Amino acid sequence: MDESLANTVRAEARAWLEANWNPELGLVEWRNKLADSGWGVPHWPKQWYGRDLPVALVPVVEEEFARLGAVGVAKAGIRTLAAATILAHGTDFHKEKYLRRILTGEDTWCQLFSEPGSGSDLAGAVTRADFKGNKWVINGQKVWTTSAHRAQWGLLLARANWDVAKHKGLAYFILDMKQPGVQVHPLRQMNGHASFNQVFFTDAIVEPEFLMAEVGDGWKVATTTLMHERRGADGLRSWATATNLKGRIYDEERAEVATTMEPYKWYPQRAGRVDLVLERARATGKINDPVVRQEIAKLLIMSKAAEWTARRARAAQEQGRPQGPEGSLGKLVASHVARAAARIHTHISGADALLSGEDGPMNGVIPEILVSVPAVSIAGGTDEIQRNIIAERVLRMPKEPSVDTDKPFRDVPRNIVST
Amino acid sequence: MRFSFTSEQEEFRTMLRRLLDARSPATEVRRLMATDSGWERAGWQKLNRELGLTAIHVPEAYGGQGFGFSELGIVLEEMGRSLLCAPFFSTAALATNAILNAGTDDQKKALLPPIAAGDITATLAFSEDDGRNDAAGVTMVATPSGSGHRLTGVKSFVLDGHTADLIVVLARSPGSSGESGLSFYTVAGNAQGLQRRRLKTMDETRKLARLQFDGVEAQLLGEAGAAAAPFARTMQQAAILLANELVGCAEKLRESSLDYAKMRMQFGRSIASFQATKHKAADMLVDVELAKSAAYYAAAALDDGDDDLPAIASLAKACAAEAGLQTAIHAVQLHGGIGFTWDNDTHLWFKRAKSSEVLLGDANYHRELMMQRWAN
Repeated sequence: MDESLANTVRAEARAWLEANWNPELGLVEWRNKLADSGWGVPHWPKQWYGRDLPVALVPVVEEEFARLGAVGVAKAGIRTLAAATILAHGTDFHKEKYLRRILTGEDTWCQLFSEPGSGSDLAGAVTRADFKGNKWVINGQKVWTTSAHRAQWGLLLARANWDVAKHKGLAYFILDMKQPGVQVHPLRQMNGHASFNQVFFTDAIVEPEFLMAEVGDGWKVATTTLMHERRGADGLRSWATATNLKGRIYDEERAEVATTMEPYKWYPQRAGRVDLVLERARATGKINDPVVRQEIAKLLIMSKAAEWTARRARAAQEQGRPQGPEGSLGKLVASHVARAAARIHTHISGADALLSGEDGPMNGVIPEILVSVPAVSIAGGTDEIQRNIIAERVLRMPKEPSVDTDKPFRDVPRNIVST
Repeated sequence: MRFSFTSEQEEFRTMLRRLLDARSPATEVRRLMATDSGWERAGWQKLNRELGLTAIHVPEAYGGQGFGFSELGIVLEEMGRSLLCAPFFSTAALATNAILNAGTDDQKKALLPPIAAGDITATLAFSEDDGRNDAAGVTMVATPSGSGHRLTGVKSFVLDGHTADLIVVLARSPGSSGESGLSFYTVAGNAQGLQRRRLKTMDETRKLARLQFDGVEAQLLGEAGAAAAPFARTMQQAAILLANELVGCAEKLRESSLDYAKMRMQFGRSIASFQATKHKAADMLVDVELAKSAAYYAAAALDDGDDDLPAIASLAKACAAEAGLQTAIHAVQLHGGIGFTWDNDTHLWFKRAKSSEVLLGDANYHRELMMQRWAN
């Protein structure tokens, strides 16, 4: 990194923040100032609320924000994916209309990709987009949509052409969620929470100017969104921590974080709560059961080795070395750890594992682990897909012969639910 | 550094791998494993002197190079990969550490330079016929005799015990029990009254011997009656070093079966294109990488003087033992029928993974040791 540029940027950011930061401002009012000055997203283009700075300098600016306790632009949720996708593929009209309100947090977004008939095989989407009377008419169903009930806008992947191959017939739209043709229903999970939604389209309308790129480019645009989703997945919790500082703007930020994080409150249980295992085993006396001891030891070994593997990957990254295979394993290993932890929590709890809620161990935390862990090996790419990715990208094993990519999608066998 | 190697360490590994690939191809492993000694003095001395392998972690004051366990771990990982047939683990990972942990300064000055120089080989005799790895299990008795001691009893499962020039022996004073009254002694390999018999081993690349002592003359090493602590330390170091050797062995098995799967055609396509094969290959990568992380971390923890070392050592050994075995099983499976033949090399590494799984205590044993540190 260029040291003198870093120093200049730091000084400029500090001067601007010292002159403008005021915790008694409203959240939106302050973020509009950030958008006007370019300091909220300094790596974005100057023309669009940024300062054209290299991404490597963003941490320098963030340090200056942290020094004063200054609040940043809205970063939580799907809106960051929307921003990245619009910056990469959107028209000036899209950028003008959406980017500022994304930064201020006034608009909430949702991602309309997964369908009941296409989970791992996302490009097999069958939600229809038909061009009728100068408008796109949308029919079909999406699922696993976080925040759909609150969102103003959706990033929609739909099929516009059934006579070409699967990946070539997709189109990518920005859809107005607040219209009569869009119905949102919460989707209740096996652990009782409803963190996601199902979204139904019945002749929902998209005006032509809300198509991103061209018809047929939908998969390419979706790949941009997915790439940013994967890159940001680790940051999920870092942005979720609200401060306890005093001031109007902090109160508004806390409310925003609480709303955004509400769907994720069971996520620690989903990961298995390895941190509770020894404590629970001591409390129940199961720590003295030699079989349970062995199982606990296996879990702790796997969990420690997983942690150290992640540290190896990070160390390689920080030293600018090419990342070895250790960087691609985290998601799959996390599934193994969570499953083993859930099994052991069951063994430790004995008959108490039959109970839930306030009757269950630790006021229901343990039962919530048992019924939340199955999500880990499915959400964000199933274990099976992770293994395929490791095998094909890391181990360079050949792809399976394809049966659906070189014929019109109309002729590809698919799930009955999608007709 | 517990999470990465320095560029010097990486260069050392590269050079070592190149040399071991050249000197210890599978044909050479097969030739040496069929001999009674299991290794050849001339070839081993040449390689050892070129690289100073037995000197690596010996302090300079005792004729060594003064590197740490991270470097020694690299050597063992590469030896596990190449299945080098040499008395290295017995000499460097067992006897040298016992002398470093227990010996007086004068004893280290006398015993270590010829070991570091590669002039003599050595081993550590602790297990007896019941195969226990703990100090409390020792029954061999040392009785005072003149200026020295005389050893009577049996040691078994002694690594390279039939060829070692110097044997470090763990024995106890008459009438003592448990962890008290234990001392280390040194015995010459050709001492009178010592009968050495090579045991027939499942893993022919790793020779074990049963040693019968009938009043064998021995010299006390370190403080009398105080060997329990340095012995425990030696076992922790050995467990970590064996974990590093195991990950080298496992990585070799993983790579060779992946290469084979990519080449093997069935049903008109490479078997590597089947998901059943891919998923197994991905699982093997996970097992090996996790075990590497634990083995590297533990070796660095030794160099850093980590307080939690006993637990970390057992963690690394248990993790590597399971990973090595699982990888070996998958490797034979991926090779199919040819993987079960003697002519195919897979069984050489399979057997090494299996013998390393058991040597110094299996995964159940080490998980229990770890829990004894962490459970309360």
